[in-house]
Amino acid sequence: MEFRGVSKTFGNTRAVTSLSLQIPPGEFFSLLGPSGCGKTTTLRLLAGLEEPDRDGGAIFIDGVPVTDRRPYERDLSMVFQHYALFPHLSVARNVAFGLEQRSVPAAERVRRVRDTLALVRLDPGQFGNRMPSELSGGQRQRVALARALVIKPSILLLDEPLGAIDLKLRKQMQLELKALNRTLGITFVYVTHDQEEALTLSDRIAVMDQGRVIQIGAPAEIYECPRSAFVAEFIGESNFLSGIAREERDGLWTIGGNELEFQIPAQPGIGTGSPINVAVRPEWLRVCPPGQASHEANRIPATVREVVYLGETLQVVAEVTATRQTMRVTVPNEGQLKNPIVWNPGDEVVLTWLPGDCQVLQEGVS
Amino acid sequence: MTGRLPRWLGGVTGSVLLFLHLPILILVAFSFNASRFSAGWAGFTLDWYRAMINRPDILRGLSLSLQIGLVSAIISTVLGTALALALHRYRFRGRATLESAMYVPLVTPEIVVGISLLALFAALNVSLGRVTILIAHVAFSISFVTVIIGARLAGMDRSLEEAALTLGADEFTTLIRVTIPQLMPGVVAGGLLAFTLSFDDYVITSFVTGSGTSTLPVVVYGMVRRTIEPTVNAVSAVVLAVTTLLIYLADWISRRGTE
Repeated sequence: MEFRGVSKTFGNTRAVTSLSLQIPPGEFFSLLGPSGCGKTTTLRLLAGLEEPDRDGGAIFIDGVPVTDRRPYERDLSMVFQHYALFPHLSVARNVAFGLEQRSVPAAERVRRVRDTLALVRLDPGQFGNRMPSELSGGQRQRVALARALVIKPSILLLDEPLGAIDLKLRKQMQLELKALNRTLGITFVYVTHDQEEALTLSDRIAVMDQGRVIQIGAPAEIYECPRSAFVAEFIGESNFLSGIAREERDGLWTIGGNELEFQIPAQPGIGTGSPINVAVRPEWLRVCPPGQASHEANRIPATVREVVYLGETLQVVAEVTATRQTMRVTVPNEGQLKNPIVWNPGDEVVLTWLPGDCQVLQEGVS
Repeated sequence: MTGRLPRWLGGVTGSVLLFLHLPILILVAFSFNASRFSAGWAGFTLDWYRAMINRPDILRGLSLSLQIGLVSAIISTVLGTALALALHRYRFRGRATLESAMYVPLVTPEIVVGISLLALFAALNVSLGRVTILIAHVAFSISFVTVIIGARLAGMDRSLEEAALTLGADEFTTLIRVTIPQLMPGVVAGGLLAFTLSFDDYVITSFVTGSGTSTLPVVVYGMVRRTIEPTVNAVSAVVLAVTTLLIYLADWISRRGTE
């Protein structure tokens, strides 16, 4: 599956701007971004439900150009956000719909409908004759999934399929989707605005903003090496620091300005005087008492403002003394009742971290 | 805004309802009145209904109204559905103009429609009769049907049709197997409304009817012009009952379909 310079404009709005990406067969690929970023339009372009602009690039499936093909001439199927089950057809007839269009013989049709319902963990005997209105949200989404899978497409498109399902069931269905992707060998292209879902499911993620792909990579690359403030902020939480590169010594650059100093590892493209922006994940910072020695080279004095209890972790919100900016530090919860952490609002502390935990952002570069 | 209905607003509402429905209630009551001169109540009778079913002109009018109502409802529903699909599912030059044009017949005075149709038939040298009545009824019903079905199409989830397309159904199969079944409540409601409009139309019909082809409302009007006979009350009560029933049915079907 490949997009080559695809653009799509609605009226005066550019929904997708010269988008290029390649997805190898069998991959679980997610399009992640805030609403209006163009992720759903990208999926609909692939499905053939939207046409690219004139001279708006080309789309290929298995190396064959499909830009001019109608949706029913493409070897794919789609799961919609609000299920889109045919309300006037029973569960079995819904699932059989795609097979009927392909003139699959009746006996094989019955068998495949049964097998596919079982695959999505719905008892064919119990659910086959029910109408969609008699099902719960989770069951409807399973039927929608079965209806899309039964025709054995080479690509399955999923448009926020779990958006309307409650949290606990969503977690379970995420695991099932991942397992289906692995066992069936079908390429999954998954649209979501939920960064955690994208990290959980995907082999690779494309982060989109304003119709462009900002960064593509495996979940760990996206989370640990965000290349822009947008990605660092949209996926997980980040603390941002900025300054000017002052001098390099022993493989470390000292960054100064804004009345505080910190160090980052030497890397290409940095020279004396370069403006530097870095992101530091809250879980990579530590909170220390002022006098305590630490092997971590970066140390910033700060004042605790708030300690927030989050369950598996605690978050210490601190104000940097020199710049008054807020930094967030995630601390593992070792049991507040047994080993309470000792920080209280107003405490003077030092925030420390390793130079290697600074992710240098390339603003404006995608 | 919720809460108790203020007394003055309740009074206004009650008065309006009474004003709207009192004449109809009086008409229905007098259709059972034994007095020939409709002035006072002289006891209950079914004589006027008996007289009605013994009048060949009334029965012929009823039969013609039913036939024209049925045929014009079918034709205007089919054409109205097609128009609604064209207006709400496709983009083409002049679409917006055509959509506003659909509302013009809804607000055009009936007398204007009647005169213009008569002028058209005269210009084309078509002799007046059943066919011209049928054409006129189809013409004024189509807009209503198109608006009703269009409203349902506008509220319909596009992703149903898109799901069918991605599952391998072409546009025509999708129309037959997904769109039309979803539209059925609107189609039935539109058809019932078209029948009702045709069944009780007098003004337009009176312009395009020929001699010897009188629909029920035309027959009734002819009777009223001669004398006030209580049989008219009975006929009117029947027309009223049929149209009210069909309107409620149409409303119920279109509501049930949207839930």
